[in-house]
Amino acid sequence: MEALLELEGAFARAQADAAFQRSLSTILTEYAGRPTPLTFCTNTSRNLGCRVYLKREDLLHGGAHKLNNTLGQALLAQYMGKTRLIAETGAGQHGVATAIAGAVLGIPVDVYMGATDIARQGLNVDRMALLGARVIPVHSGSRTLKDAVNEALRDWVASVEDTHYVLGSIVGPHPYPLMVRTFQSVIGEETRAQCLEKEGRLPDVILACVGGGSNAMGMFHSFIDDPVRLIGVEAGGEGLDTGRHGASLCAGTEGVLHGALSYLLQDAAGQIAETHSIAAGLDYPGVGPELSHLTHTGRIEAAAVTDGEALDAFGSLSRHEGIIPALESSHAIAHALRIADQLGPDDIMVINLSGRGDKDVGEAALRGGVSG
Amino acid sequence: MNRIDRWFLEHAAPAFIGFTVAGDPDPETSVRVANTLVDGGVDILELGMPFSDPVADGPVIQRADQRALAASTTPDAVFGIARAIRSSSEVPLVLLTYFNLVLNRGIERFYQDARDAGIDGVLIVDMPVEESDGVRAAARASGIAPIFLVAPTTSAARQDAIIARASGFLYLVSVLGVTGVRDRVAEETVSLIRRVRSRTALPLAVGFGISEPDHAAACCEAGADAVIVGSAIVDLIERHLDDEEGMMTALSTYITSMRAAVEKEYR
Repeated sequence: MEALLELEGAFARAQADAAFQRSLSTILTEYAGRPTPLTFCTNTSRNLGCRVYLKREDLLHGGAHKLNNTLGQALLAQYMGKTRLIAETGAGQHGVATAIAGAVLGIPVDVYMGATDIARQGLNVDRMALLGARVIPVHSGSRTLKDAVNEALRDWVASVEDTHYVLGSIVGPHPYPLMVRTFQSVIGEETRAQCLEKEGRLPDVILACVGGGSNAMGMFHSFIDDPVRLIGVEAGGEGLDTGRHGASLCAGTEGVLHGALSYLLQDAAGQIAETHSIAAGLDYPGVGPELSHLTHTGRIEAAAVTDGEALDAFGSLSRHEGIIPALESSHAIAHALRIADQLGPDDIMVINLSGRGDKDVGEAALRGGVSG
Repeated sequence: MNRIDRWFLEHAAPAFIGFTVAGDPDPETSVRVANTLVDGGVDILELGMPFSDPVADGPVIQRADQRALAASTTPDAVFGIARAIRSSSEVPLVLLTYFNLVLNRGIERFYQDARDAGIDGVLIVDMPVEESDGVRAAARASGIAPIFLVAPTTSAARQDAIIARASGFLYLVSVLGVTGVRDRVAEETVSLIRRVRSRTALPLAVGFGISEPDHAAACCEAGADAVIVGSAIVDLIERHLDDEEGMMTALSTYITSMRAAVEKEYR
């Protein structure tokens, strides 16, 4: 608790500190490559009969939106005088982004990663090692993302005096959901300005994939008070009726995991369920508390896409736009393809392309998602 | 009167508190483990309610939780184990759990069921005192002591907030980190006991990393009213999974030696 109170105080001070904000802005622009483009998709727009844009977080340094948050938190760690970073990772994108932030700012990084995820995300494991981070395999529980979070929390309670825990999504105890959403909100702020500039108005519908929900809330936050349809797309895995999925908003019930109240996948007694998704970054039984609340109130729609549909969308965007999306982001694309017939030719759809798919090419090939 | 309060009122000597995961290695054997601990001289028994994601626990207790869950130890089964222990003993019983299991059952119902099973205190490991109004009201209504953790990093202001809201005893976390066996009692543990002692008359129980008679004696000497031994007990269970009689003998021998250390300190 004391660590969270310390973090809450430091985050509030940093938010009001012009020097801190300047450092963050500079590193996001000159190092990470912001702003990322809002790309009009000519071919997909023609095929779907509406105006389709991609917010290109795949072009952010590191290949995913994760760096927005890790640079922010690593700067905050320096601000607090912490000399070591730890992180959890699922697909490895957050681990890589933390390793990048640690490398550029000169802070040692330890990353907890489930043994199952290590086996299926070899490229990112090697990238983290190359970037100087130590990857610690987690063999407990389902050996995926939630177990990596458990292990990182265990490390942190023992090392809190010199260590900052760089949580990668809008989950966990306060102030993490607020802090991570704040660092990711640059996605929605840019999208808003870029859409106004290109189209003279806001989009009609925005889609983002949801695991914990950081790219989704980062995108949605700037549009909460606008008449824009916001859709979070979850991992339907092998289908919601099979129980093998990661769709907490669509199929979960209220519960508390890792210090936050949200929708959770759990059994009748409250034991946390094991989840499944083709996309390791969506393989998490909870979801951010703010996203849960906004779904509960009806402001945000939740949908689920199966492994197979995501794989089809992965291939489709690659062939039609020359952009290989992460399997996580492919969920948002798949649902966009599904709802396009609800839109007219002048309607504007924005899909948050949260990451690039190089890391997934091997997995997709194994499942026959590369040919044809 | 709550059995925990009564114990500390009636005994001037430090208490020896033993922990085991309810349902480890299975519900039936677990009752026998609990009875062996009580017969061996445990003054207060703590039962862990197995949870899928026990973030405050080290690997030894995580594995015990997994064994218990694999043996179908639901919260219903845990209350059944508590009732079975209660049928032959008046030992004060403290339940350790995680909040999702309480919330899922319904907070009031959880505490009523705990009371009906003969449980005297409940510690929700991931419940900060700031968020605890609801559970404390339910605990009070069921006559159950709400027990809270105090860590070496807990500020004086939060210590006071916890002291004002806790009853039964305060659970002092002897070192930063998760549960598990450690080599020795750290200087910070002794300092924590002294700092909290100066702020409250509530009994102080010290846990996390206590496994040897020397540790227990050192904590009592510093002013603790109780020592809590968990991972060392669970470790003995794990070492004897294929030999139930050997498990009971090993537990009995161990408890007797720890018990003697606590008593020696008092004399």
